[in-house]
Amino acid sequence: MPLRTGSAGFGRSLPERGLLLLVVLVVLEGFFLPHGAASSPDVSHQENLDNHREADVGHNFTKKAFPVLSLDYHHIQTPFEISLWVLLASLMKLGFHLIPRLSGIVPESCLLIVVGLLVGGLIKLAGEEVPPVLDSRLFFQCLLPPIILDAGYFLPIRPFMENLGTILMFAVVGTLWNAFFIGGLLYAVCQIQPANPSDLHQLELLPCLLFASIISAVDPVAVLAVFEEIHINELLHILVFGESLLNDAVTVVLYHLFEEYAGVGTVTVMDCFLGVISFLVVALGGVLVGAIYGILSAFTSRFTSHTRVIEPLFVFVYSYMAYLSAEMFHLSGIMALIACGAVMRPYVEANISHKSHTTIKYFLKMWSSVSETLIFIFLGVATVDGPHSWNWTFVTVTVILCLVARVMGVVGLTFVINKFRIVKLTTKDQFIIAYGGLRGAIAFSLGFLLKKEHFPMREMFLTAIITVIFFTVFVQGMTIKPLVELLAVKKKQEAKRSINEEIHTQFLDHLLTGIEDICGHYGHHHWKDKLNRFNKKYVKKCLIAGERSKEPQLIAFYHKMEMKQAIELVASGGGVKLPSAMPSTVSMQNIQPKKPPIAKSAERALPQLTRGREEEIRKILRSNLQRTRQRLRSYNRHTLVVDPYEDGFNELLIKKQKMIDLEKKIKEMNNYLTVPAAPPDSPTMCRARLAQTLKPTV
Amino acid sequence: MGALQSQSDHHEYVDLAQKTGFSFEQIGVLHKRFKQLSHDEETLRRDHFNEIPDLACNPIRAQIIGAFFDRRNYRQNSEGTVEEIDFENFLVVMSHFRPPSLHLTEEQRDNVRREKLRFLFNMHDTDNDGTITLEEYRHVVEELLSRSGALGKETAKSIADAAMLEVASISMGHMEPDEFYEGITFEHFFKLLKGFEIESKMNIHFWNMDTSTLCK
Repeated sequence: MPLRTGSAGFGRSLPERGLLLLVVLVVLEGFFLPHGAASSPDVSHQENLDNHREADVGHNFTKKAFPVLSLDYHHIQTPFEISLWVLLASLMKLGFHLIPRLSGIVPESCLLIVVGLLVGGLIKLAGEEVPPVLDSRLFFQCLLPPIILDAGYFLPIRPFMENLGTILMFAVVGTLWNAFFIGGLLYAVCQIQPANPSDLHQLELLPCLLFASIISAVDPVAVLAVFEEIHINELLHILVFGESLLNDAVTVVLYHLFEEYAGVGTVTVMDCFLGVISFLVVALGGVLVGAIYGILSAFTSRFTSHTRVIEPLFVFVYSYMAYLSAEMFHLSGIMALIACGAVMRPYVEANISHKSHTTIKYFLKMWSSVSETLIFIFLGVATVDGPHSWNWTFVTVTVILCLVARVMGVVGLTFVINKFRIVKLTTKDQFIIAYGGLRGAIAFSLGFLLKKEHFPMREMFLTAIITVIFFTVFVQGMTIKPLVELLAVKKKQEAKRSINEEIHTQFLDHLLTGIEDICGHYGHHHWKDKLNRFNKKYVKKCLIAGERSKEPQLIAFYHKMEMKQAIELVASGGGVKLPSAMPSTVSMQNIQPKKPPIAKSAERALPQLTRGREEEIRKILRSNLQRTRQRLRSYNRHTLVVDPYEDGFNELLIKKQKMIDLEKKIKEMNNYLTVPAAPPDSPTMCRARLAQTLKPTV
Repeated sequence: MGALQSQSDHHEYVDLAQKTGFSFEQIGVLHKRFKQLSHDEETLRRDHFNEIPDLACNPIRAQIIGAFFDRRNYRQNSEGTVEEIDFENFLVVMSHFRPPSLHLTEEQRDNVRREKLRFLFNMHDTDNDGTITLEEYRHVVEELLSRSGALGKETAKSIADAAMLEVASISMGHMEPDEFYEGITFEHFFKLLKGFEIESKMNIHFWNMDTSTLCK
C-alpha cells in the first residue's frame, strides 16, 4: 500500500513496515476524526473512514430516515482520546525498540519528548486546539501515582535504609541549598540589569524563590527513566533515586510557603519557623499515612485466601487511597505512597498467591511504563502549545545556576557526609550524583499550577522550566551513559542472589550485632536487630496468615529460590541438566560423605554392581524420569506454577504419585547412587530428586 | 574522653595503635569497655562474655564468643584455642571490624577482603582442619535457624546441602559422579564471596563510642 511515511527508504522487513503503517494510521485517525465530525459531510480520502462518511450523507435529507449508521463523536470523545494517546504512547515504545541502535545511543525519554514535539506540531499545523494535556490535576492524580507506587513497592529496602542518612541529607539540605542559592542569585541578576529597564526588574524576591524551589527538586520520573538504562551500581542508584523521592516533602513545603506569601511580599521569622514545623508535619505525616494504609492492606491480605482473584486490587486501591489521603491534607503524597508500598510488601507477599504476585508486578510495571511514556510525550506537546515568553538572560542564568548549585551542593554535602559514612563517597561517585540531578515533569506541573494573577511572569517561568528540563534530559541524559563508561564507574552486579550470599548476609547481621553488643555500643545493627525481633514477635503474627508467620527469612528465601528453579526446570523441559547458571556436572552425590557401608548392608544385601551395569541402570532411570517430566509438563502447560500454599494442589499430588512409583522401581539400587531425599512434606520440587535417583524414604 | 589520655598509657597505646590501626581515642574507649566486662581483671574469660544480656538472644552467640578465643584470629599464625584473652588480643580481634580507609589500591583492598573473609572462615571451620565440611556448614545453618524449632532442622539440612552444592559447582565445575568434594577451602570460600563486597559490609562504627552510652 503506497503511503508516504517520513522514514520510507529503510530496508526494513515487512512486520516493521506494518507497525509503522499502524502508527501513522492511528495518528491520522486521531486528527481527522474530530475534524471530520465537526465539519460538514465531506468525501474524504481517508481509507477507513468511509462508512462514517456515508452516514453523514444521510443527514441531509428533509425527512429523517432511520439512521442505520450514525456518527456521534462527542458521546465518546474523552475516553476515545485518552485511549488514542495511550495507544500512541505504547506504539512509540514498541517502535523504539525495533530500531536497533537508536535505543542504545539516545535514552527513551528524549525520543518520547521529540515525538511529543512532533505530535504537538502536527496538531498546531492542523489548526486544532492543542488539548491541555499536561493539566496539573491529570498529572498529579493519574500519571504520577503509578510510577511512584512501582518505585515504592519494589524499593530495595536494605540499601535504602543503610544509606538513609545520606539520602536525607541530599534530599533536604541539598534541595534547600539549591532553592535559596538559585533564588537569591537569580534575584540579584535580575536586579542588576543595568542597560535596558526590562521587565525583569519587577521580579520580586519571593517569586524568584518560588521559581527556584520549583526548579531545584530532582525529579524521580526523569531519574528513573535515565538511570534504568545505564545500569549503574546499586549505591549510586539508590542515592540519586532516594533523593528524588524524598525531596518531595521539601518541595511541597517551600512551594506552599512561597506561594502563600508571594502576594503579601514579606516572610517573617515566624513564618520560617512555621515552615520548618510544616516540613516535619508534611514529611512525617505523609509517611504515617502511608504506613497506616500499608498495615491495613497487609491485614486485609491475611484473609484473602479464598478470594485470590481480587488480591492485587487491594494493593492498588489501598496505595492510591494513601496517596489521595495524603494529598487531601497537603502532606507529601509521594512519601505516603513510598511508605505504603514499602511497609506492606513483606507481609502481603507472604500472604498472597504466586499468581497474584506476578499480577501485581506486571500491572505495576505496565502502568508505570505507560505513565512515564505519556508524561514525556505530553511534555513535548505542552512545549509546543504552552504560552512562551523567552528571555535570554533569565533562561541562561537559570540553567547555569542550576548546574553550579547542584555541583556545589553535592561536593559540600559529601564532604560533611563522608565524616559519618563507613563506605566513603569518592569523587567519581560525587560526579555521578551531581550529574544525575535531572529535572522533569513535576517541575513543569508545579509551574503550570501558578496563578497568572499572582505571578505575572508565569510564562517566563514556564519557558525557563521547560528549557532546564530539556537541557537536563537531553544533554545530561544522553551523555551520562558514555561518561559512566569513560569514568569506569562500577556497574550493577548482574549475579543472581545465591543461597550462600543469603546465608552470609544473615550470618553477618548477627555477627555485627553481637560485636556491637560486646563493644557496648548501641549502634546501627543493634537497633536493626531489635526492630527485626519486634517484627517477628508481634507484627508478623498479626499480619501474616497461618504458618508462614513463623517462617524465618532464610527459609522463605530458600523456598523462593527452589520454586524459581523448579519453574525453570519445568519450563526448559526435557534434559536432565541441572537448572543452574553454570553448566556443571557436580551433583548431590559428590558432596555427600561416603557413609561406611557397615550400617546399611544389614538392611539390604546388595550385590556389588559392575560399572557397566550401573551406567545401564542409570540410563534407564533417566529416561523414565524424562518421560515422567514430560507427562508432568503437559499438566502444567497452563498453570505454570503450583503454589504450594494454595489449596488443592492436585498436580503436585500426581507428581508425588509418580515419584513413589519410581522409588519402588529402584528399591534395589546400590548405596552410592542414592542421596538423602528431601523430607516428604517439602512443598518444593527438590532439584536433586528430579535430576537424580531416589532413595526410598522408608 | 580526655581523662583517658594519661601519659602512662600513651606509650602502650602507640604500640597497639600501630598494630591494630585504631586511634588512641578508640583504644581508650575499648579499654574501658574491656575493664567493665572483665570486672577490672587483666583477662577476659568466656563466662564474662556470657554475662552480656543483649548477646543472649543472638543465635550465633557461641560462635562469636568462640572467635575471640581462637588463636587463628590473633594474627600470629598460630592455632588452637585459649581460655583467657588479654586486652591486646581483644583489640586484634576487634580490628577485623575496622572499616577500610578511603584510598586503597586494588591490592590493599584485596588484602582487607581476605582478612575479613578469613575471620568468617575461621568461625565456620571449627575443627581447624582448613576446610569447611558439609557437617560444619550444616551446623552453621542450623544455628542461624535455631530459633525456629523443628521446622528449622530439616530445612536447615536441605539449605546447607543446596549451598554446598553451589560452592562445589562454582569451584570445581566438573566432577565425576564418584568424586567426592572434601569441603570448602579458603580459596573456594574467597571465590564464592567475591561479589559480596565484604570490605564494605563487615564493619562497625568505632567513632562515636561515647563512654556514657556504654550499655551494661
